[in-house]
Amino acid sequence: MNEMPVVDAEAGTLLPKISAKKVQVFYGETHAIKDVDLNIADRTVTAFIGPSGCGKSTFLRCLNRMNDTIDICRVEGDIRIDGEDIYDPKVDPVQLRAKVGMVFQKPNPFPKSIYDNIAYGPRIHGLSRSKADLDEIVANSLQKAGLYEEVKDRLDEPGTGLSGGQQQRLCIARAIAVSPEVILMDEPCSALDPIATAKIEELIDELRENYTIVIVTHSMQQAARVSQRTAFFHLGNLVEEGETKEIFTNPTDRRTQDYITGRFG
Amino acid sequence: MTDTTAQTGGAVATPARKGSLLEVDSLTRKRNAAEARFKMYGLSAVIVGLLFLVALLATILSNGTSAFTQTFITIPVPLERAEIEAAEKSIVKTSKYRAIIGTAFANVLSSAGIETDMSAKDLDKMMSSGAAASVRDFVLANPGSIGTTHTFDLLASSRVDGYLKGRVTREDLINDKNLDAAHLDIVDRLNAAGIVQKRFNWQFIFGADASDSRPEQAGIGVSMIGSFFMMLVVLVLSLPIGVAASIYLEEFAPKNRFTDLIEVNISNLAAVPSIVFGILGLAAFIQFAHLPQSAPLVGGLVLTLMTLPTIIISTRASLKSVPPSIRNAALGVGASKMQSVFHHVLPLAMPGILTGTIIGLAQALGETAPLLLIGMVGFIASNVPDGVAAGFLDPNSAMPAQIYEWAKRADPAFYERAWGGIIILLLFLMTMNIIAIILRRRFERRW
Repeated sequence: MNEMPVVDAEAGTLLPKISAKKVQVFYGETHAIKDVDLNIADRTVTAFIGPSGCGKSTFLRCLNRMNDTIDICRVEGDIRIDGEDIYDPKVDPVQLRAKVGMVFQKPNPFPKSIYDNIAYGPRIHGLSRSKADLDEIVANSLQKAGLYEEVKDRLDEPGTGLSGGQQQRLCIARAIAVSPEVILMDEPCSALDPIATAKIEELIDELRENYTIVIVTHSMQQAARVSQRTAFFHLGNLVEEGETKEIFTNPTDRRTQDYITGRFG
Repeated sequence: MTDTTAQTGGAVATPARKGSLLEVDSLTRKRNAAEARFKMYGLSAVIVGLLFLVALLATILSNGTSAFTQTFITIPVPLERAEIEAAEKSIVKTSKYRAIIGTAFANVLSSAGIETDMSAKDLDKMMSSGAAASVRDFVLANPGSIGTTHTFDLLASSRVDGYLKGRVTREDLINDKNLDAAHLDIVDRLNAAGIVQKRFNWQFIFGADASDSRPEQAGIGVSMIGSFFMMLVVLVLSLPIGVAASIYLEEFAPKNRFTDLIEVNISNLAAVPSIVFGILGLAAFIQFAHLPQSAPLVGGLVLTLMTLPTIIISTRASLKSVPPSIRNAALGVGASKMQSVFHHVLPLAMPGILTGTIIGLAQALGETAPLLLIGMVGFIASNVPDGVAAGFLDPNSAMPAQIYEWAKRADPAFYERAWGGIIILLLFLMTMNIIAIILRRRFERRW
């Protein structure tokens, strides 16, 4: 399952794609994330698990600065992608979000055609020179998201008319279309039925070849199925991070063990 | 009920057996009765409201429809060159034209076989005092017609018109120096001969207001143009300003005390009586900025101030109703804040914004009080403004102000016109509301 060259950051042979040091997040007075240190490897699926309200989504949203849109939210610490501090004042979050795409919990296609849903990102980032270019990007993205065969004859129909699972894959295609390096997924399957979930999981596994994927999930089975590394959050702390197999078979922390065996959560 | 629960108080495992489902217990019966009562109150409230509406519409229609017809007297007038030249040379030109019409009218009477010993001056009372002017206007506009006989449909006086509409009775005329019962006998016979007839009155819709002595000539057309130019000003100013302000407040402004204060003030402004805006307009636009009095431009500015809060509140509400997931989606693919607002949020909020704007405009169209203070009420002697600049800057009135003006004049003939004006105003408002509904349906997108 884990053939990718995942190298421990401490070993120093390969820089992590994302590295976070002493990250603190505050919502007004609430201290939502406490002192999180975490490295996320390139071309790997990393799962964030933990009980509701543990801060895993909050931490995920720090990675593309979506938390900036919340007025009362304050982020401290150091988060680097490819060694660059993404909270540096010189960094424009808009540019960052083109590099770090996001898929949300509830499928949220634009109320536009399937084509326009995907073409929107490339258009605003000027990624295509011609209509033919754009057509290719759209087709490619849909193919990568495994949706092309299902929708190729109705690209001009509204994206909102698709089924839930298709909508979520459309959102993944939309994220891929701007050629990001990292894709963040915030519980992407929580609103989907098991068959649609299986398709998305399969897709995540394929995408791993080209993208760094971080996925927040409530389902431990899902984390076990799709991820190579898992981070367990609890009450705003990162309790434990390691290879998924290790976390699920041999957790070092008592809290992790309690959670994965279903004693709380 | 109570004793069963008492019996099984300790047993948690086996819940107490309730009474039969086929019997309705007293608590449920009470609740059902309360619900039925509430439904009845609601229904009766709706019925009362509908009754008022029906009464309102019935009153308006029964009082106002008669304004759309007017009594005309058909008279062939020989336009002799010598007589017209003599008339144009005299000082009070229309009095000579009156004499020409009087002779023609006498001829009409005798050829219809109506005998009367009334003087020409007495007969003249049956005609509108504007009749001579309309003959003269025709002659000046068509010099070629001199020397021929042209058949005119001349306005009958408002008393004659009122008699045919049932507003003026013979008893009313006992103390009336304008007309007496003998005139009415002639009117009856002329009516039977088809010389005096009620027709649809286009002049009421397109014409200008007329002075106190000529209610039969008064029309709402010029003040309609005034209203039109005012609405143009309101639309052009309040839509962009209102929408821009609401987008900024809703999407970009930091949430702090200052923006809270602005928000509270906008809500308060929406409730400020319109006359306050009127006196503000008088002070700011006329006394300070020296814009012309009674001009639709100033009226439009004042109404813009009044409409802005309505537009801002409804625009913000519709921006708020766009689900945050759409904003997140746009930001997630790297759209800037402004791109996410203009590409995604605004199109979705459009139906609400348009509806709010049109309702704001409809409010402004019906507003009278602020216009009283900036002088947009009163007798506008001028006719249709020539050109767009004149439309904005020349003194004019507005439909509701014109209605108010008619309603306060003494002659009941004007009262009828006030009701007629209300029908036209309501038609405009209804049209605007229908447009709002259509736009809402057309632009509404589901997600």
